[in-house]
Amino acid sequence: MSSDTKSSSPTETVLKTENASVYYGNFRALQGISLDIPKQQITALIGPSGCGKSTLLRCYNRLNDLVKGFRVEGKISYHGQDLYAPEIDPVELRRRIGMVFQKPNPFPKSIYDNIAFGPRLVGYKGDMDDLVERSLKQSALWDEVKDKLKQNGAALSGGQQQRLCIARAIAVQPDVILMDEPCSALDPISTLRIEDLLQELKQHYTIIIVTHNMQQASRVSDMTAFFNVEMTEKGGRVGHLVEYSETQRIFQSPTEKSTQEYVSGRFG
Amino acid sequence: MSSPRTLFAIGMTGLTFLAAAIALLILVAILSYVVINGGSRVSLDLFTQLPPVAVIKTGGGFGNALIGTLMTVMIAVLLSVPFGILAAIYLSEFGRETLFSSIVDFLTNVLSGVPSIVVGVFAYGVIVTKTGFSLKLGFSAIAGGVALAVLMLPIVVRTAAEALESVPNDVRQAAIGLGATQFQTVFRIVLPAAIPSITTGVMLAVARAAGETAPLILTTLFGYSWINSLIAPPTPTLSVLVFNFATGPSRNQQQLAWAASLILVALVLITSLLSRLAIRRKV
Ligand SMILES: Nc1ncnc2c1ncn2[C@@H]1O[C@H](COP(=O)(O)OP(=O)(O)OP(=O)(O)O)[C@@H](O)[C@H]1O
Ligand SMILES: [Mg+2]
Repeated sequence: MSSDTKSSSPTETVLKTENASVYYGNFRALQGISLDIPKQQITALIGPSGCGKSTLLRCYNRLNDLVKGFRVEGKISYHGQDLYAPEIDPVELRRRIGMVFQKPNPFPKSIYDNIAFGPRLVGYKGDMDDLVERSLKQSALWDEVKDKLKQNGAALSGGQQQRLCIARAIAVQPDVILMDEPCSALDPISTLRIEDLLQELKQHYTIIIVTHNMQQASRVSDMTAFFNVEMTEKGGRVGHLVEYSETQRIFQSPTEKSTQEYVSGRFG
Repeated sequence: MSSPRTLFAIGMTGLTFLAAAIALLILVAILSYVVINGGSRVSLDLFTQLPPVAVIKTGGGFGNALIGTLMTVMIAVLLSVPFGILAAIYLSEFGRETLFSSIVDFLTNVLSGVPSIVVGVFAYGVIVTKTGFSLKLGFSAIAGGVALAVLMLPIVVRTAAEALESVPNDVRQAAIGLGATQFQTVFRIVLPAAIPSITTGVMLAVARAAGETAPLILTTLFGYSWINSLIAPPTPTLSVLVFNFATGPSRNQQQLAWAASLILVALVLITSLLSRLAIRRKV
């Protein structure tokens, strides 16, 4: 299925990264990254800890702007528009590119208000009850919470909280959803539920997911990017993209030896 | 056989227990002393009657002083709470890690160490006194309220800033990630989440202010009649009444001082309990 992605009509690129390097102050976290994220597909970012997966993800919604000393060189564009151009409003951008974090982080508010928060920010005029219901259904949480929408979001289980966070991200009807290890704090059953959910969401959204779980990457993603860290001459550590291809390729016949070692669990 | 290490542990546990017990004992002693001395005078009269002058041997109350205390504290709350919370929001949200915020932070700590009598002298100088660079309002609830507000301010700022800082960063990131501005994040997510803890801090500040005497002697003075204005006339308060009556020669006034102490302690206890309830509600 994923092997013929290439032969079928080339999909539209949503996020294009061209020779991007990312710095935190003097520290270079990522170097020379070039990577195209295809529309309405799931792209997995994998690689050892500290190789800069989260850093790259946070470049896409400009969440790193909040970090002092953060800087990008090279070019990242979103539907052909330079993400870091001065006329881009990062607040506006983040409504188009949503994010789900590693640790479930519902607001200390009711389930309903958690979901309504984003739409209210933009002065959503439609039927809020309906939007809340739709978002919860899309994130496969509706049946579990439909009778307790007024209850605090923090009172849900970890897996439910994470689905609430997904529902909250969906409610603003984004174009892209970034997920940074969304299942790492969850039990296997909740993880499977979210993986199923991802397949549903893919119909409507472009998804980028960071994961340390190789099975997860191979199960859910269409494309996989493998990152690694290398030592620089000065003894620093910098992340770089080793290989990017269809998931099946990466897991069955990678070009690079280090990819082979990493995906088969013989690494380091 | 116990090893020396276990013996030491047992000894230390005992010592800490003893210290805790003594702390409790002191509180119990104060409470029972106040109740024994003031309890007999507690009746409705306390709240409806005016204070007796020294020559009157029986009866009287301190209705005007209770109102005065509530009024003065209310003014102090209205002044210090909004101001203190906004300052805390600057310190812990918008101005985080700026030079200005660390200066303000430091000065707030200094302010909390300024003796209350000094604050009283200051309020007297700029509000009460009829000479020089002053608002020339005379002894009044307003002047007392300002003095108490200055004393409450650092407590409110400190506790509110801590309450805001204790809101997890994850939650801020989530809001920013949904396309909220920093302003929206602070006022719609962080501040509401911190309100229960801020309430506790405000209650503590109120409890502290309600019992303050020194600054009130200099700003509200005392009076034997009902209060009919926020400005101009001297405003009696419970703490100043205790100060005036406790050491006087009149037996009747001394008894009232004890009763007023009892009511003050009760007020403080009630505020503490309310603040406890505010925390409870959060969990
Ligand atoms: N806010 C920051 N300030 C300075 N350095 C940072 C910051 N965030 C990340 N780094 C550094 O950038 C490098 C890449 O970090 P990043 O979090 O992107 O890695 P990661 O691949 O997501 O790792 P993990 O799998 O452990 O989450 C690390 O060396 C890290 O120390
Ligand atoms: Mg990470």
